[in-house]
Amino acid sequence: MMESTITPLAGRPSQKKAYFGMVLAALALFILPFVAGLAGNSWIRILDFALLYIMLALGLNIVVGFAGLLDLGYIAFYAVGAYTAALLASPQFATVLQSFVDQYPSVGNFLVHLFGPDIAKNGIHLSVWLIVPLAGLLAATFGVILGTPTLKLRGDYLAIVTLGFGEIIRIFLNNLNAPINLTNGPQGVDDIDPVAFGSFKFNLPHSLFGHPVPEVQLYYYLFLALVVMIIFFTIRLQNSRIGRAWVAIREDEIAAKSMGINTRNIKLLAFAMGASFGGISGAMFAAFQGFVSPESFGLTESIVILSMVVLGGMGHIPGVVLGAILLSALPEVLRHAVPAMRLPVLDVADKLTSFFPPAVHSTILNILGNILEPEVLRSLIFGLAMVLVMLNRPSGLWPAPEHGRGLHGIKAKRSAAEGA
Amino acid sequence: MPQPNDVILAIKGVSKRFGGLQALSDVGISIRRGQIYGLIGPNGAGKTTFFNVITGLYQADTGTFELDGKPYSPSAPHEVAKAGIARTFQNIRLFGEMTALENVMVGRHVRTRTGVIGAVLHTSSARAEEAAIRLRAEELLEYVGVAQYADFRARTLSYGDQRRLEIARALATDPQLLALDEPAAGMNATEKTGLRGLLESISRDGRTILLIEHDVKLVMGLCNRVTVLDYGRAIAEGAPADVQKNPAVIEAYLGGGGH
Repeated sequence: MMESTITPLAGRPSQKKAYFGMVLAALALFILPFVAGLAGNSWIRILDFALLYIMLALGLNIVVGFAGLLDLGYIAFYAVGAYTAALLASPQFATVLQSFVDQYPSVGNFLVHLFGPDIAKNGIHLSVWLIVPLAGLLAATFGVILGTPTLKLRGDYLAIVTLGFGEIIRIFLNNLNAPINLTNGPQGVDDIDPVAFGSFKFNLPHSLFGHPVPEVQLYYYLFLALVVMIIFFTIRLQNSRIGRAWVAIREDEIAAKSMGINTRNIKLLAFAMGASFGGISGAMFAAFQGFVSPESFGLTESIVILSMVVLGGMGHIPGVVLGAILLSALPEVLRHAVPAMRLPVLDVADKLTSFFPPAVHSTILNILGNILEPEVLRSLIFGLAMVLVMLNRPSGLWPAPEHGRGLHGIKAKRSAAEGA
Repeated sequence: MPQPNDVILAIKGVSKRFGGLQALSDVGISIRRGQIYGLIGPNGAGKTTFFNVITGLYQADTGTFELDGKPYSPSAPHEVAKAGIARTFQNIRLFGEMTALENVMVGRHVRTRTGVIGAVLHTSSARAEEAAIRLRAEELLEYVGVAQYADFRARTLSYGDQRRLEIARALATDPQLLALDEPAAGMNATEKTGLRGLLESISRDGRTILLIEHDVKLVMGLCNRVTVLDYGRAIAEGAPADVQKNPAVIEAYLGGGGH
């Protein structure tokens, strides 16, 4: 009772500060693409992908960071979301129906009759308002389906099984083009509708106060809104009994069970929530690219997303966002920076090593030339960064703050209340 | 007021076999409301096995289980917690990276119901429930005497405080029966005295306690009634003073050792 009069007074200035900070951050995020756009639209595109990766990393963070379930096949849910958009917002569904007619005429004709001639000719074109929730829901369903067999597994065993599931989904997508052409196989699905809100189509030219706003920038704002929504969801869940139950399972599954947590349901919920974020991200990826194919959903992608979560700080939302930004921007930055610095660096190296015998000299230059390729350097830096972070900051670049350094527990709060 | 004599936990005929080892044969106990009930026996007597059977961690081969007059089936630990038995562990099992307060808040999980939608939308009932969880957890931390560490990660607490925190977490589930697996293990004399005081006050506040303990002195001083296990059988049952004189017990456990 005393506290209730004390806390708001103490909380008011910091709360004001927090709101002010949020407004500043929102403004900065709004202006960011205009600034990036000065250097070219490809830079806004990099931001778009960073946002997609943030969604993925936040989804995986629920499974790996909160619930402690090591999932190496997470990209499968990205794929499920992407192909949901591909089937429900492109001419592909007409191809599906046609292959039914070709293979099983009776079923095919029934389906054509069911869906009507328009869909049989042009495919399904749902609005983004339906695609996003459907992709999330379908991915969540897959999360539960793939999660159920793994409930009793932990650690390495769980990792291997989820890795297998991830690959299974990719291989399915690769091969589901016969006898019924569902996914168009390795060629992928093309002509996916760009995002449109009613008549506001992202792919048409738009302008704001006479300043042209390119398509990539519109996607930036859409993705940003989704990221904010996902962060909001995650924070709310984290600070609820469900979030605590996830962490309890991560910390000690037997104790969690004994405290009355139905670990089966809570784990499946983690898989479903994590997967749904991945699915939403995938649907946005499909609409943004206009094209999806199975090769976007390989094991390396799963590992990259896991690296984002681990590098940033497992279970800590700002850390995960940071990890996603760093690791998604790294290859792009290298792609731009390395070719520019290649010649100067080789030039300097040439002068520095010229006193070596010619054979050694040319070998050094040769090796350096090979390393100074964006792709090669990316792997090198990636690996090096991971090793260094794991050695020096094993809980990530930005881990959850350590509690309890000072006596700011309830006792301290209470004594402050008593002292007043 | 509940009758002081009514039976809260009645377990009969529990047997459990691990391969070739008969860990428990035909063990039963009957605990009355408000008792501090001791389960003692030498190492390997089957105390912890029996405990794990009661709390659903192991499945018994045979046995009937009744809690507060209603049969319950210890088929899953979370069902047992829901039915009203909360436990602690011989080797402390706290949620190490969570704060002391959060540990106790997890204990409220089974008595609360906010789902994903309530949590995300912050509905008024979800907010009220969350506030009640926090309040209850704070009270319990105070009750067991570790309130000053509310904001500390559980793994950073001292051994004795971790034991207390585990008891607070178990109490948070509103148990009918508080089951403690060797709570005094590894404690020094001062910590033991403190623990004893805590258990006495929990008992005074009307909770029934089942205690597995190695420390005979603690059990004899604290418990109203004890069962002695040896080689998976209950060899004696009764008031501590009587059990102490029972020749079978002296033979199996106390005999010759000068306990």
